[in-house]
Amino acid sequence: MSRRYDSRTTIFSPEGRIHQVEYAIEAINHAGTVIAINSKNGIFILAEAKRPSALIADKVDNEKIYKLSGCMVGCVAGITADANILINYARNQVQNHLQAFNEPAPVEKIVRQVANVKQNYTQYGGLRPFGVSIVYAAFSREGGFKLYHSDPSGNYASWKSICIGANSSSIIGTLKEKWTPDIDLTGAKNLAFEAYCKPCDVQSISSKNFETMVLTLDSDDKPLFQALGTDEVENLLKENNPIKAS
Amino acid sequence: MECLIGIRGKDFVLMAGDSVAGRSVVAMKKDHDKMYQLSNRLLMAACGEGGDTVQFAEYIAKNIQLYRMRNGYDLSTKAAASFTRRNLADYLRSSTPYFVNLLIGGYDDSDGADLYYMDYLGSMVKLPFGVHGYGSFFVLSVMDRYYKEDMTRDEALVLLQRCIDEIHERFIINLNSFKVKIVDKEGIHVMKDLRPTTKPPEETPGTQSMDIV
Repeated sequence: MSRRYDSRTTIFSPEGRIHQVEYAIEAINHAGTVIAINSKNGIFILAEAKRPSALIADKVDNEKIYKLSGCMVGCVAGITADANILINYARNQVQNHLQAFNEPAPVEKIVRQVANVKQNYTQYGGLRPFGVSIVYAAFSREGGFKLYHSDPSGNYASWKSICIGANSSSIIGTLKEKWTPDIDLTGAKNLAFEAYCKPCDVQSISSKNFETMVLTLDSDDKPLFQALGTDEVENLLKENNPIKAS
Repeated sequence: MECLIGIRGKDFVLMAGDSVAGRSVVAMKKDHDKMYQLSNRLLMAACGEGGDTVQFAEYIAKNIQLYRMRNGYDLSTKAAASFTRRNLADYLRSSTPYFVNLLIGGYDDSDGADLYYMDYLGSMVKLPFGVHGYGSFFVLSVMDRYYKEDMTRDEALVLLQRCIDEIHERFIINLNSFKVKIVDKEGIHVMKDLRPTTKPPEETPGTQSMDIV
């Protein structure tokens, strides 16, 4: 099945595919899930941080959700080491823009710049692509609340709600069914947990595994980033888990 | 020997520059326009070293257009001024500094009309009115006396005429024509050139031509 066309990124297969990029996307499907939902009054992000060992210290570092600027957050799924490079690059680009223009960087610009870096690794140098998908959540005066997603090929698009990582295709199915344009933040929180729990094995779900982020506006109409407290996460889990654990 | 004037009104910026292009003691061109359009609602007046003004102005204008192409929207006045200042400051400590003094006037929907004053060392301030050149010694006093916030276009033009008259009265160099433009919500409008109002020469009493008989 064209195995001789898949060891280098810099060649197409006869079917017109770049196998290395597809394998990178496949790697992401084994990583922790990230669900992001855009609503009328904010964005809710639910990320599953896979703890590979019980000995790992809790809540030392963020693993999935990273602040990129005062108005923007990036959530990663895939190879964490690759993600660190890209997040660092994105943060640098945000500051470069601030230094040149004295105003916050527009999301689209940062998304495009990171996506261009990813694309570079699919065309030049013979190096493997980044095994990272990134979901960007941002607020801007001109565009309101926006969600963007970019994958290892360097393609990106704006989304109403998106899921990346493990079980993403079935979760996206749920989101497609249940998301409406007039959903509010509470509805978004419930929808995220519901969509997450559906394909999951109930035993392995524990509130300690989640990183959450709520993006809203504060009383001065400035973007405000908050994580959910453990109690609220517990409640949302209990209400939306279809299989009641005995 | 050049003079640039900028006045911020209620929802517009009035900008004027003298129209003499000179080298040493010679006035090469008497209808030279020193204002450059950066975008639909952004105007930059530049004075200073001959080639530097045009070179820098065009460089900034094209980069601002490039930003618009890439990102789909125009830069705000503040962002464009900051970008310009960043370039001036970066080039200052290189082997090719630009010796230009600038006034940037623009209109955007979020902040209204804004005027920024920048000098060749890369310092920048937002001002209600600004002047570059020797003319500033005379014009700033006139502005301090007659400027008020939220002027109408007619009031601003009257104030500008006062400034030009004062320059004509006291500045040793003859700047007898100014190009005038207004930036507002609708864009950049070219106004008529302004000249100093000529006063009839006074008859000095006691001197009459004497016929030699």
